Amino acid sequence: MTFLKINNLSVNYEMRRETVYAAKKVNINVEKGEILGLVGESGSGKSTVGNAIINLIDEPGKVSGGSIILDGTDVYENPENILKLRGKKIGLIFQDPQTSLNPILTIGEQLIETIQTHLKLNTEEAKNKAINLLKEVGIKDAETRFNNYPHQFSGGMRQRVVISLALCCEPELLIADEPTTALDVSIQSQILDLIKRLTKERNLAVILITHDMGVISETTSRVAVMKNGDLVEIGPTKEILTKPKEIYTKALVSSVPPTNKKIDRFKIIEKENKTQGETNIKILNRWTKKEIIDQDLVKVKNLSKTFDDNFFTESTKNSVMAVENVSFNIKEGESFGLVGESGSGKSTIAKMIVNLYSPSAGDIDFDNVCITKIKSNKEMMKFRKQIQMIFQDPYSSLNGRLKVKDIVSEPIKLHNPSISSREIDSYIHDLLESVELTQQSAERYPHEFSGGQRQRISIARALATQPRLLVCDEPTSALDVSIQAQILNLLKDLQEQLNLTILFISHDLPVVRQMCDRIAVLKNGKLCEISKTEELFKNPSHDYTKELLTLMPKIESIYN
Amino acid sequence: MVMLVVAFVSFSLFNFVGDPINNMVGEETSDEERAELRETLGLTDPIYVQFTRFVGNAAKGNFGISYQLKRPVSELISERLPATIELVLISALIALVSGTLLGVYTGINRKGFLSDLILAISLLGVSLPTFVIGILFIYLFAVILGILPSFGRGEVVSLGYWTTGFLTLSGLKAIILPSVTLSLFQMTYIIRLVRAEMMEILQTDYIKFARARGISEKSIHYKHALKNGLIPVITIAGINIGTLIAFSIITETVFQWPGMGFLFIQAVQFVDIPIMSAYLVFIAFVFVMINFIVDILYYFIDPRIRVKAEAVSG
Repeated sequence: MTFLKINNLSVNYEMRRETVYAAKKVNINVEKGEILGLVGESGSGKSTVGNAIINLIDEPGKVSGGSIILDGTDVYENPENILKLRGKKIGLIFQDPQTSLNPILTIGEQLIETIQTHLKLNTEEAKNKAINLLKEVGIKDAETRFNNYPHQFSGGMRQRVVISLALCCEPELLIADEPTTALDVSIQSQILDLIKRLTKERNLAVILITHDMGVISETTSRVAVMKNGDLVEIGPTKEILTKPKEIYTKALVSSVPPTNKKIDRFKIIEKENKTQGETNIKILNRWTKKEIIDQDLVKVKNLSKTFDDNFFTESTKNSVMAVENVSFNIKEGESFGLVGESGSGKSTIAKMIVNLYSPSAGDIDFDNVCITKIKSNKEMMKFRKQIQMIFQDPYSSLNGRLKVKDIVSEPIKLHNPSISSREIDSYIHDLLESVELTQQSAERYPHEFSGGQRQRISIARALATQPRLLVCDEPTSALDVSIQAQILNLLKDLQEQLNLTILFISHDLPVVRQMCDRIAVLKNGKLCEISKTEELFKNPSHDYTKELLTLMPKIESIYN
Repeated sequence: MVMLVVAFVSFSLFNFVGDPINNMVGEETSDEERAELRETLGLTDPIYVQFTRFVGNAAKGNFGISYQLKRPVSELISERLPATIELVLISALIALVSGTLLGVYTGINRKGFLSDLILAISLLGVSLPTFVIGILFIYLFAVILGILPSFGRGEVVSLGYWTTGFLTLSGLKAIILPSVTLSLFQMTYIIRLVRAEMMEILQTDYIKFARARGISEKSIHYKHALKNGLIPVITIAGINIGTLIAFSIITETVFQWPGMGFLFIQAVQFVDIPIMSAYLVFIAFVFVMINFIVDILYYFIDPRIRVKAEAVSG
């Protein structure tokens, strides 16, 4: 008998004007001891299915049809059924460990409460059980950590606590909703190993919801692909990833950046109807193109940055060394990658290069002029014009109260105040078309656009001043893979046509491999190594780089 | 710091609101006598000397002598203080307890008829001025129903320095109307604040996660959600207890409550500056103390602050 049987499940969100179908007649079975991957892009309904199993769909969504049968019990037959199942039989792990624990209760209090809700144990027994659980999920010093509050744990440790909470009453089904998306690669692999180990030891049935194909191929035995609420395809992971039957799956798999080789462009099956070779970059006509000279455009020398925790007492005890003695050069016209985990100082370096932070020590030369020593604003403007930045989050980096036209024209007006309004309009239209947006977009507001389109607007804004250096700080990490592929292709095209120099910052190694000529690896503010991309991936010299490379989830691992 | 600024303001009352000598002496006093009095009272000294003296005296609880009642201000205040404190305490208690309970109820049952009713009535609480509510209450309970007294404190029992109305039936009856009147406004605030907090917190991931673990709804509402929601409520409630004392001026006047607010109103009518300045300093003192207590409470309620404090001291 199947352990979990999802039969024709449909979930509706009734809005004022329309009804959104978040899941349409989905059929999935899960057996004990297996990890089923549920994959799809944002809005595909993968989380909805997970939440439906435990009856926690957000208002106003509701299950409109089908049934979910767990170990012979129909979850929706009787509203009391689910209350007996939650925690006891089904455990749930959320994406963000920062927000899924109650901040004002110690983890011990939260564990004991959960255990005592389901198992008849006195406080002492519950405490022992909780401490053993914490040990099991790999928390050192569990006896003392037991009395700590969630904010005293790091992200990875917190996710372990979350897992221990989800598992404390020995559920048989574990639903993990993007359990590692908010974590660094090294911690991600630890958490995934933990989930794999527990699955085996406890004979759990696991549903792993994720958008990351690498994670899917390394952990799951079967995978279900979803799109717009429909189940597209379900089958053994190897089969789905290597021989996808459906067009959508093919597109999805091909837009994942491969980790084992460098490709020219990402294959985009959907929407890509323009013929190869034809360039649409209209801005070229008005671009004062600089010929690439064989020189170092950016020279970073012994750069350091410390942040003081306390404004008043500049005590060294509280100060954090975000960047320590980092030196590198970026050649004109190349794509230079900065790679590291969170807290490695990669974004701090970017902000110092665009002069949003001033360095504590060291110099940055741009085009053989030291920009860290410039005092006058007027001098600085000349450089700001040549260096532009694209930020990570396309939702917060555009002012929601301005029209796209105003967002893009602001830098133009700033650096060229005498420009006529008609000139500006045609300039903007050219810019928007260069990033593959329609002219009509100019009159709309940012919230009318999707994440990928917003990132295009950001790129248009950055290009408005005709910069020589483009600093991209994790430009695609907030986007779905297929959108990511489009944006990366666009950046590549623009770079080729406009002779741009790109500083590309990312934690995503496969993406960096596709985008960059040379890569610098950072750890805790220190530079580990710099080398040519292919060399770095084939023969990493630094131990940390080797570690990162082995830990990165590889979609190709399915072939072995 | 705050105390010094307020002390300065109330000190300037002495100097700028009329001539203190004029207020003290009769019409027929000669100019020489006035000058002499000025000299003995130290009013010819430079301003900063006078100010230092004022602060020094205030710190000792000496605010001079009331012009109108010819008795030391400190004595007058300590006589009236218990009445005001009792009134404010009771109404703060009413506002906090019922405000939190109703807030939690309306936060959980967002669409029920009862929630709508509570919110509608609470809206009346903010939109009607305190004195109108007070007069309505007097009319309803004292005049028509005749069950509660309309003014005064009833019989009081004296316990050393403190006089209390809690120990007699008439005293307890007398406190009901003024304290309810006074608490209505604050209660409305607290209801709405708690409701908004509850609604926000019930949407958070950790509540969802607690549900997914099968924690009972009761524990989710009161242990997980309410405790988090109370953190901002404490700040507002702390500030509002100060406001309660300020509002008590009106309520005390309406109910002829023999407290400090009533004393202050009388003082204003007779330009009794020592009382006014003492009252100002006292209110400022209460505000500062309450903020201090709220900060300490934070330390106990929010573990995130506790750890930071330990890190700094350790």
